[in-house]
Amino acid sequence: MHRLVHPVAAPFPMLLIGCVGLLLGWTVIGLAGLVRPRSVVLAGRLLFPLGALLGLALALLAGASLLGGGIERLILPIGLPNLPMHLRLDPLSSIFLLLLGASSFGISLFAGGYFRVGEGTAPGLLCLQYHLFLAAMGLVLIADDAYSFLVAWEVMALASYFLVTTQHRIAEIRRAGFIYLLMAHVGAICLLLCFGVLQGGSWHFTFHAMRSAHLSLGWATVAFALALLGFGAKAGLVPLHVWLPEAHPAAPSPVSALMSGVMLKTAVYGMLRVGLDLLGRPVWWWGLAPLILGLFTIVYGVLFAAVQTDMKRLLAYSSVENIGMVFTGIGLTIVFAGSGLKVFAALALLATLYHCLNHAFMKSLLFLGTGSVLHATGERNLGRLGGLIHRMPWVAWLTLIGTLAIAGLPPLNGFVSEWLLLQSFLFTGHLPHAFVNLLIPMAMALVVLGAALAGYVMVKFYGVIFLGQPREAALARAQDCGWLERIGLTWLALGCVALGLFPLQVIRALGAVTQQLVGAVVPQSSSHWWLLAPVPERSVSYAPLVFLTATLAVVLMTVLAVRLAYRQRERRGPAWDCGAGNLTARMQDTAEGFGQPIRHLFQPFFQIERELPEPTDRAPRYRVVVRERIWRLMYEPISGAVEGLANTAARLQQGRISVYLLYSFLTLLVLLAVALIR
Amino acid sequence: MNAIDWITQVLEVVVAVAAAPAFLGWLNQCRAWLQNRRAPSLWLPYRNLHKLFHKEAVIAASASPLFRIAPYVVFGTMVVAAAIIPSMSTRLPLVGSADAIALVGLFAAARMFMTLAAMDVGTAFGTLGARREMMVGFLAEPALLMVIFVASQISSSTALPVITDHLASGHLGLSPGLAFSAVAFILVLLAENARIPVDNPATHLELTMIHEAMLLEYSARHLALMEWAAQLKLFNYACIGFALFLPWGVARAHIGPMGLAVAIPALAIKLAVAGAALALIETVSAKMRVMRIPEFLATAFLFAVLGLLVHVLLKA
Repeated sequence: MHRLVHPVAAPFPMLLIGCVGLLLGWTVIGLAGLVRPRSVVLAGRLLFPLGALLGLALALLAGASLLGGGIERLILPIGLPNLPMHLRLDPLSSIFLLLLGASSFGISLFAGGYFRVGEGTAPGLLCLQYHLFLAAMGLVLIADDAYSFLVAWEVMALASYFLVTTQHRIAEIRRAGFIYLLMAHVGAICLLLCFGVLQGGSWHFTFHAMRSAHLSLGWATVAFALALLGFGAKAGLVPLHVWLPEAHPAAPSPVSALMSGVMLKTAVYGMLRVGLDLLGRPVWWWGLAPLILGLFTIVYGVLFAAVQTDMKRLLAYSSVENIGMVFTGIGLTIVFAGSGLKVFAALALLATLYHCLNHAFMKSLLFLGTGSVLHATGERNLGRLGGLIHRMPWVAWLTLIGTLAIAGLPPLNGFVSEWLLLQSFLFTGHLPHAFVNLLIPMAMALVVLGAALAGYVMVKFYGVIFLGQPREAALARAQDCGWLERIGLTWLALGCVALGLFPLQVIRALGAVTQQLVGAVVPQSSSHWWLLAPVPERSVSYAPLVFLTATLAVVLMTVLAVRLAYRQRERRGPAWDCGAGNLTARMQDTAEGFGQPIRHLFQPFFQIERELPEPTDRAPRYRVVVRERIWRLMYEPISGAVEGLANTAARLQQGRISVYLLYSFLTLLVLLAVALIR
Repeated sequence: MNAIDWITQVLEVVVAVAAAPAFLGWLNQCRAWLQNRRAPSLWLPYRNLHKLFHKEAVIAASASPLFRIAPYVVFGTMVVAAAIIPSMSTRLPLVGSADAIALVGLFAAARMFMTLAAMDVGTAFGTLGARREMMVGFLAEPALLMVIFVASQISSSTALPVITDHLASGHLGLSPGLAFSAVAFILVLLAENARIPVDNPATHLELTMIHEAMLLEYSARHLALMEWAAQLKLFNYACIGFALFLPWGVARAHIGPMGLAVAIPALAIKLAVAGAALALIETVSAKMRVMRIPEFLATAFLFAVLGLLVHVLLKA
């Protein structure tokens, strides 16, 4: 089989104990916030930065474990009697712990400067919820039995629920929190059932027992489907994504960043853990489900992102798209791994993991950027923003890096994972299934279409918020963010750049994970440290550093040449705009306007309500609302059915004690009858 | 990699940067002849650039630094793109650092900077142009990628020189998959370079323009760089077309530096023919309504996907 035959267990699980210590540290920091719950200085200036440092330490520990490539185990006698807590640190956990630690370092620093007095929950309480959330995510990643996993999973869901409803006085936010909680629990039920199937009759719920359980093909498929549903609901796979665009805008920005950047990845971790580790070698056609759902999710997410007018909703839909990308990669990995093409499976898995890392940095960066904008202006609506690059240069320029990265432009990080994913798509010709070979061109077309549309979305996002003229007079008073926030944003932007420029080093580090999950590493056919050439039999390569140097050199040479040859004056003047004159800021494209071509082209996707003014209107008003059809087609019938069922059941409820006594009596009779028949 | 390869590399870039305005001039000349007009000089684009570089730049008061950086970035990316397209030789030292996917990414980066710069001043036409450019781009970019993937499936590499090498060594005549994608490529070329059925490079008619609308606020040296970049883009697209569909005459790995003696005249002939053909296409077609453009590009995209499908089917 493809797993490591004799995992080299370290004699003493030092790194794992370190990780547990750091998670405990986060909990303690959280509790310390309760000492003076109303104090912004304590939470913001001391506790959050301290938590950030613990995050950095966690990233370092996880990195050490990843480079070592070993597996550490630990059994803690906490919990129910005879059910100790099993913990394990292996390469798969390490890479996600690294992601958690490294991105939370930036987010926590930012959060330290972000939370203020008088906004919903008290800072001290927020500090507790926030750090519990972090610790729970860490525990999810190192749990080695179903009990600890689900307990951590639920703590994570609850902590994030309270964080989402920070502004609980607003009804809309309470509703968003409710939808989130509901979807989280639908997912959790699926996971509970999934682990129930996975234990395979042994009634041992450690992951070790699940690995050695021999499931029939049918039951294994059921377990895989349940995992896909459960983790898909958490990750935001269409059609289970509905909570994302509600919860992300409702939450404070650092929390949105954590949820989108890190929490969604714990679902990806779970999917990989179950699909490629606990279930053993997967069956190739299992992969088609995440592949097709992922592709649909890409297109669906990006189309809805293009028509949003709320900047955080836009980013939430963009997260849906990126999760689609990740699940497409997972699907491809499973198809390859199930067909015995280990190296290709490793390449697809590499693309998946790389995209997770990238998304953690770039999406966190963008969410934090919107947070700063929100604080400076009080506006989430794109139609009332604009021109902020003049007032908030730090936020604007750092966010630009995230924008270019997520649009998949070389030499930043988003491009690397897209490149890897496309390379692994180009291999499918090798599959022994003719039908799948035919399907793949379509799939690849959807991936590249999604990537190109992401560029559209990001131009809209950045252009409408930061460029142009301010659409409201109040924007002239916007202030740039504080120094803690700047450090946080810079850290994440640096992450985007580093992941883009040093892909080879990242891929080497990820080798341990691909070795663990699919039993192969992506070979490196070039001996240069700067040249990424992952596929030996195809001469393809990519060297972002050379690429960047060449572009920078050409740009600098052009600047110098123009300077030296033509020393011309320049003058500032009013905008020309075809000489029309008298143009106001309100004549710029709005967010609705920028999304109009997409709305027009993909009309069947959307449920559009439009309110057009009459030519004679004194105060003309144009309003357009775009909703998801999925609410009407899927969720409203389901909620209607549930309500109907509940109403039927409610008829039993009479409110009179005599009737209830009668019920008890009847129940006893039925039980007696059952006992007698037996 | 030896010194001759590096010289070839530099030569290729210099030729591209120097000849790009002439290619546009030639295209305009052919078009004028076909339309029974007196043709402008072949050197008109150079004179234009010269004039623009000498003028005083006027920058809108509401422009941010991004507006001034963008022309240099757009020009720079187009020059780098010229360096990684094997227009004369397939032995180029720089091509190892960026394959065809990165090339498409490079074009996307240029587009992104151009649209952001267009939105920067905050005028009605700038944002309108940016929106329309992205509308063209989000379909043209995947179509171009799919075209490249057909060729890369045939030659099992996404590196352009390897593709060209492989295709040039094959028998004459296009494979069916490539024929489909050639049609798609021509449509993409027209759309991406703001040529006639999609955009009219000769007018400033506000309601229909795309590319020009984005450049309205630029003047003097910035405008010159933007125009030069656009000319380079056209040149680059023509060279991508040659690399994929007409790879003959390019100096290949086993031929050595003497191959350049054939490659340079071959490139000139190909460019002359391509310019004339483009002029013919522009003469016989009319500008289409803006909302019809996505249909045009969706056709291109479908042709490219079809090309890939045909290739896979025939191989199976």
